[in-house]
Amino acid sequence: MPLPETILAASGPRRSRLSHALTQNIGLALVVALLIACVILYCVLYIVTQHRLPGGFELTSTLNNTMPLAFAALAQTLVVLTRGIDLSVGGVIDLTNAVAALTLMGGPVSTTLWTIAILGIGALCGLLNGVLVAIGRLQPILVTLSTLSIFQGIAIRILPQPGGAMPPGFTGVLANPNVPLSLIYIPIIGILWAIFRRTPLGVAVFAIGNDAMAASSHGISVKRTTILAYMLGGVASACAGLFLAANATAGDATTGDTYTLTSIVAAVLGGVSLFGGRGSGLGALFGAFVTVMVVNILFFAHIDPLYQTFYEGLFLLAAVIAANVIGQIVRRRR
Amino acid sequence: MTIAAVEAVDIGKAYGGVAALTKASFTASAGEVHALVGENGAGKSTLIKIMGGRVRPDTGEIRIGGQAVSLAGPQAAHQLGAWTVFQELTLLPWMTVAENLLLRQEPRAFGLIDRKATLRDADALLARFGVMHIDPRALVEDISLAERQTVEIVRAVSHAPKILFLDEPTSSLVEREVEWLFGQIRRLREQGCCIVFTSHRWAEIRSIADRITIFRGGQDVGTFTDIDEDEAVRLMTGRRVEALYPAMSPAPDDAPVMMEARALSGPNLRQVSFALRRGEVLGVGGLAGHGHRELFRTVFGDAHASGGTLSVQGKEKRFRSPRAAIASGIALVPEDRKSEGLLLRMSVRDNASLAILKRLTRFGILKPQEERRAAQHVVDSLRVRTAGIGLAVGALSGGNQQKVLLGRWLETECQILLLYDVTRGVDVATKHEIYELVVALARDGHAILFYSSDAEELAHLCHRVLVMREGVVAAELRAPGVTAEDIVSAAVRDHRAA
Repeated sequence: MPLPETILAASGPRRSRLSHALTQNIGLALVVALLIACVILYCVLYIVTQHRLPGGFELTSTLNNTMPLAFAALAQTLVVLTRGIDLSVGGVIDLTNAVAALTLMGGPVSTTLWTIAILGIGALCGLLNGVLVAIGRLQPILVTLSTLSIFQGIAIRILPQPGGAMPPGFTGVLANPNVPLSLIYIPIIGILWAIFRRTPLGVAVFAIGNDAMAASSHGISVKRTTILAYMLGGVASACAGLFLAANATAGDATTGDTYTLTSIVAAVLGGVSLFGGRGSGLGALFGAFVTVMVVNILFFAHIDPLYQTFYEGLFLLAAVIAANVIGQIVRRRR
Repeated sequence: MTIAAVEAVDIGKAYGGVAALTKASFTASAGEVHALVGENGAGKSTLIKIMGGRVRPDTGEIRIGGQAVSLAGPQAAHQLGAWTVFQELTLLPWMTVAENLLLRQEPRAFGLIDRKATLRDADALLARFGVMHIDPRALVEDISLAERQTVEIVRAVSHAPKILFLDEPTSSLVEREVEWLFGQIRRLREQGCCIVFTSHRWAEIRSIADRITIFRGGQDVGTFTDIDEDEAVRLMTGRRVEALYPAMSPAPDDAPVMMEARALSGPNLRQVSFALRRGEVLGVGGLAGHGHRELFRTVFGDAHASGGTLSVQGKEKRFRSPRAAIASGIALVPEDRKSEGLLLRMSVRDNASLAILKRLTRFGILKPQEERRAAQHVVDSLRVRTAGIGLAVGALSGGNQQKVLLGRWLETECQILLLYDVTRGVDVATKHEIYELVVALARDGHAILFYSSDAEELAHLCHRVLVMREGVVAAELRAPGVTAEDIVSAAVRDHRAA
């Protein structure tokens, strides 16, 4: 029995689990709401212009177009959570996509082995970034800006012209053009994220993004965690490169360039804080879907493709402002 | 002869040429509560950081259980059974209380962290230490400073430490929470734990400490089992208290009111009213977190009042930004020089002239000679010890940095000075100079609102002291005859009654 004076307070008012879950995952809730709004808007525009409901083809192509961005956003999230940023995402996609074009052409065994090897290349790229950041003590933005150019350079060197032909089996699994098979990757990413969040590494990634000094005083190795986060990010970028190759059925050494910025956009839309320590891979996944849906919406709204980026920019700004305002209101109501 | 639980032998540590510790030693044994006392800047926190493994000493030796140890990090200290609650808390803000409490020892299921069990264990831990009002599901960012301090203490104590270091554990706690902490400390002492803590509150030190080691200027000046406060203060400051503080200017009761607040309200601020006269030093005191910060921010236009009025020289003002407040002749010298006031990597000259750039320019171009002259004036008039005005401010000592910051605002010819804990982390000699400056400024006709976490300072420098508690002015004390005890007891009165 503790002494009476060692009790400070028997109990106090507690908020419900749901209330905690909602305020602590407000970013995730917002991106889901945003995605639903985008899907509804898309359907309305589709019906108005096409006079029918969008069907399986639209679903399949949207999924296949989103998966590369989803993995790129996941890669970005892993690094941003540590309070870093990975501008080399596009370069890793270029490089892995180019290697895929050169190597994926044989039977299932060779394809599987090369796929694994390509994921390894992604990990190596991440290792380089991670070592330079964690041990070299260099700024993440400088390191990854440099490695972006380096990876792009290697990619263009090994695949000067777009080419290659993905084996049908490879395309069939990663970006099946006929059935919305890619749907299964959504729960897979969800499960993988849930597992990651429950590993010591996952906790460590969040902890060093919260406060590296405090984390290290509890025995978390900041260097090791940073390097592993960049490596996992590299693997996720390599996944993006592979899905992109499957969707295009060929390789192109410049195909990943735009993903550096869009991966940041998707992560931010998904509620990942650029200050580190806050966010989730699930949010980034939904953020990727929103990003792709906005392009679809602009298409059906008959926006001149020349002005597409203009409207994308407007949308992004509006979304970020709205998320900020809603987030503050929720915090204040506590 | 029992072996000491922890021993510091001739510890020395310097930061960038400024010595924090020169030859600091003390010994504490098992089953003892040992207090380290001294002025701000006497080196107590640095010593705790060294013993906790956060900072490595330049010279000297730490012995734990009689063995000399070299602590590579807090983790190494943990392995020896030594846990520390540092003054800067080490909780992770965007993670839950439960995740923080069980960091790195989360219960597992199938090799993965079991979040349900983590919550359950955290709940049990909080219950075991009698702090059931803290919700393990809450994010650390969303709980109060006192609750964070409590969680940090629970985390350290939950490891059943052999040695527990607590750096200013009570600074953000109210009376009831202090009693709870002391209950935990007594329980640990009975179990043979050695507890080393620092505090500025003499009453607390007397009630719990078995022995007291006094520090001054980076050195220990003696260990005592029984010492009265006057003697302790004399040892801490190296001079008599009276000599540390200059004589106050006469209270300007008839002088015109420079600034008046009526029923100012806002976050953590309720119905605060006061009138600040020309030539007056109006003190603001009370425990941390009771609204002083908000008061200063509101008056300076950095936070917006939800109710009440503020008038400056008779005119009602609604400051939308610090810029507007500065334009009305108000200047703020903040406590945290590094993040709120000075640009550490820029020169003394740049820092000193920052607030008067407009005056020093012609057609938008800075006149370098004028700038140099203004900076030199600051350095000369405030006796800033610097090798030159081109030196980076970050290379100066804390007290001299503070003087540059003060000088910057004096150059603006402001009428109203808001001084927020300006002597925090400043050595005694510089403190003395700052006190003299405050008194001289008041004599010159400045109106000064003076917050300090040091009640002694308020008692000796201010014509009146407003003591704040939970955002309200709980008491107004008028000099002469105000003592530090009066201020402290006004600050905690309600909690004592509760």
